[in-house]
Amino acid sequence: MSTEFTGLLSVVVFLPLAVAVVIAVFVKGDRMVRILAGAAALVELALSAVVMLRYDSSKGGVQLVDRIEDWIPIESLEVQYFLGVDGLSAPLVLLTGLLGMAAVFASWGIKHRVREYFVWLLILQTAVMGVFTALDFLLFFLLWELELVPMFFLISIWGSGRREYSAMKFLIYTFLGSAFMLVGILAVFFMTGTFDMTRLPAEIAAAAPIVPIGVLFTLLFVAFAVKLPIFPFHTWLPDAHTDAPTAVSVMLAGVLLKMGGYGMIRVSVTMFPDVISDAAQLLAIFGVINVLYGAVVTMRQTDLKRLIAFSSISHMGYVLIGIAAVSGPEASTGLTGAAMQMFTHGTITGLMFLLVGLVYEKAHTRYIPDLGGLATRMPVLASAFLLAGLASLGLPGTSGFVAEILVFLGAFPAWAWATALSAFGIVITAGYILWMVQRTMFGPMDEKKFGNTRDATVAEMVPIFVLVAAVIGVGVYPSIISDVFAGEMASVAEALQGPGLFALNN
Amino acid sequence: MTSHDIYLLSPEIAVASLAGLLLLLDLVVRRKDYLGPLAFVGLIVPLALCLLLWLDLDGAGAIPNDGILSGSLVVDRFSLFFKLLLVPVAAAVVLMSGAYARRSGRFEAEFYALVLFSTSGMMLLASSVELITIYVALELTALPIAALAAFMPEGRSSESGLKFLILSGVSSALLLYGMVLVYGFTGSTVLPDIAARIAEVGLDVNLPFGSYALLLGAVLIIAGFGFKITAFPFQMWAPDVYEGAPTSVTAFLSVASKAAGFAVILRVFYVAFPLESLSIEWSAIFAVLAALSMTVGNLIAIAQSNIKRMLAYSTIAHAGYILVGLAAVASRVDSGETDAGPSGVLFYLAGYAVTNLAAFAAVIAVSARTGTDEIAGFAGMYRRAPLLAGVLAFSMISLTGVPPTVGFMAKIYIFGAAVNAGLVWLAVVGVLNSVISAYYYLRVVKVMVLSAPKDETPVTASLPVGAALAVTTAGILAFGLYPTPLIEFARSAVSVLL
Repeated sequence: MSTEFTGLLSVVVFLPLAVAVVIAVFVKGDRMVRILAGAAALVELALSAVVMLRYDSSKGGVQLVDRIEDWIPIESLEVQYFLGVDGLSAPLVLLTGLLGMAAVFASWGIKHRVREYFVWLLILQTAVMGVFTALDFLLFFLLWELELVPMFFLISIWGSGRREYSAMKFLIYTFLGSAFMLVGILAVFFMTGTFDMTRLPAEIAAAAPIVPIGVLFTLLFVAFAVKLPIFPFHTWLPDAHTDAPTAVSVMLAGVLLKMGGYGMIRVSVTMFPDVISDAAQLLAIFGVINVLYGAVVTMRQTDLKRLIAFSSISHMGYVLIGIAAVSGPEASTGLTGAAMQMFTHGTITGLMFLLVGLVYEKAHTRYIPDLGGLATRMPVLASAFLLAGLASLGLPGTSGFVAEILVFLGAFPAWAWATALSAFGIVITAGYILWMVQRTMFGPMDEKKFGNTRDATVAEMVPIFVLVAAVIGVGVYPSIISDVFAGEMASVAEALQGPGLFALNN
Repeated sequence: MTSHDIYLLSPEIAVASLAGLLLLLDLVVRRKDYLGPLAFVGLIVPLALCLLLWLDLDGAGAIPNDGILSGSLVVDRFSLFFKLLLVPVAAAVVLMSGAYARRSGRFEAEFYALVLFSTSGMMLLASSVELITIYVALELTALPIAALAAFMPEGRSSESGLKFLILSGVSSALLLYGMVLVYGFTGSTVLPDIAARIAEVGLDVNLPFGSYALLLGAVLIIAGFGFKITAFPFQMWAPDVYEGAPTSVTAFLSVASKAAGFAVILRVFYVAFPLESLSIEWSAIFAVLAALSMTVGNLIAIAQSNIKRMLAYSTIAHAGYILVGLAAVASRVDSGETDAGPSGVLFYLAGYAVTNLAAFAAVIAVSARTGTDEIAGFAGMYRRAPLLAGVLAFSMISLTGVPPTVGFMAKIYIFGAAVNAGLVWLAVVGVLNSVISAYYYLRVVKVMVLSAPKDETPVTASLPVGAALAVTTAGILAFGLYPTPLIEFARSAVSVLL
């Protein structure tokens, strides 16, 4: 092993932080702050696209490595600075770039404490980019925790409603999850003597466990379960979403939840192939609960943001069901579906929150019964809203369809009942999405209240169009993303089934 | 006492002489406001002497001698680590004390002198390897603090000093009992000899600690030191004393006094009771104390409305975290890595020192203006003093253990030692506690950032307090990003114990 340094990923991860420091220290005017943050977000999007393009999925494996080995070279805490992308993380880096851009532009109208706001937003982006690219387990954890502070401030200062309560709840839930993860990470380290995530799958298989392997798996899994979130740990999510400012909801639904799914595939599946196969049934059960419970609760929501928040819980259930496919013959398809679901849900729900934010800004309410007929006043927003809704319910031709079909194809051979039940979730989704769109955008309009509302301005349309393009583009030509995922997931699935087949032969 | 002995003890002598010099100058000089800066600058001498001694260390990490004062003191890497920590801490406390010393009117010199006398006691404590010397050094540490705590004219302050004095006396009595029992069992008060005698006598493997006398002795010694480090259940004095004492003295207590306490605990238990079977037994006691201290400290801290009381309970909780490092000795027995636990204690103490000093310096700067230590008094401080509020928030984040701070690294290192020692349950208790602590630390942040200020007048730190803030904040960030040098320093220091 030697010190490698490509540099690209380090720039992608730390550029937002650097701009945040510049803004915090040198920049005075609000206008200048916005311009700088916007420029950073655009550059960041371009760089993340470069990462995606430079990632060679035919070669596979970890690429674009940045690695300094002796960051903390103590034998009881051997930490490296180690960034890299593989087929799983490269598309997620692109997703973060996309939504980071959308979030910055969605924040153009922030008037209160502008400078701090953009500082925290950019730091948040550094943390999330870091989580997706870190390949040293402790660095991964450091960046995972780093995201807490910006989120706490963003929700509690610029949020609405019970923002302080929601911010604290978000913080305590996430911190609790990651507390267990820390113990898990330390136990893994003392078992194997390394934090190197590329070596850990092999090392864990070879090492003598110092704690029962199932306990170790659970310690790590809890953090991801809170983040995704899985059913009993989900209660922070509707509160945080409802009270967060628009851009933060975009980031939260779009990329932060994906940290949970990413962690499950990167850590729980890849490092603990035997345990995940045993736990697959539980994952399938919880996946079905998430899908159905989330969908049913969504039906009852009257606040637009809360509605989309609960629909996210439902959609993250599909990620779980895709991961549950690991115990079946189509593990690779299921995992690809789960990863695709993360990517597409990121773009679709990011778009939804963006649109809801704009509707709220213009109509001054998110209460669905008060809304109605807005399509006549804001046709562009309404069409985008309808499109996002259709993608969310998995209409063919949109990216949502691709993800869900892959999940079902992968999960069916292993868990036919779970697949059947969760497919029913799509019906409910269709119900609440169409009902919501109908109640807000169509039907009679209250002339007195909404007579003067305007459609999106050009600046507001930029992120909308980018995300719409992503939703339709991936829907029409999914393989630009899914091939990258599939290549990586095939090797993960191979590793999963390798020991099983070997055991049979003996 | 040879001249070489004097050289070896020169840092302590320098600190004590500086204190004496201040008292003498006080008699002849009119302008008292030079005394504080003089105390600060004067501390460069002991610091330089410590560095000089460090360069003189031999390969084994000690300076060869026939035993300073009949073998009651040693100068080795371990003691020098603590001296190099304690002198800068004392300097920071001097910087932060200006307002309190001035308020005490004609006793300005005494204030600084007492801080320095106590510091010299702590430095001796880090060097002591003999029970009676330890006891004397401990009293030299404690008595000036009792006077310092009672320095302010308010009733709270007198109560604080009196409480400290009485409870400190009780704990010293317990400690003496313990020492007597250990002496009775082994016939020696010198730590290495105690270990040798225990090995000679042989222990009954069926009894805890091999004999009831030794068990009782060890438990009483832990109780006596437990008072110093504010470990549960010897923590009752801390909240009242912390609240009533001048804030710079509170900082001194929570940082320096605690560091010295841990230094002597490490020394006594690693040197006098090093047998494998014994270390397992005392590590179990420390594990239980650690779990209780963390939990009790954090749970009660939630309910506090006064920031000094809150920091008092927080210091109890942090004593618990540090005790985790003392409990994590088992890896000494069954793997090659021997020093994660004790070096974790040293690393954590250093990290805690910069973090807590930053927090207290910020509290001093703010309450000097608002005249209150209530957390509510920090409302909207972000608007009145963005930098000050930012520093306080940063230190709270470090105390919680969130990156990029030294608190995060220290937490990982010390819980890592616990996991390595097979104490996974203790690590779980620890991380759950850090979740609890997030609630009350971040409440301070929340109040400063979100609540509306009572008035909008800006708050500024005086130059010395600002300097202390700048240095400590830089330390929190620097060691949070690159802790390697500090960890290596701590590891080389504990290598002489193992």
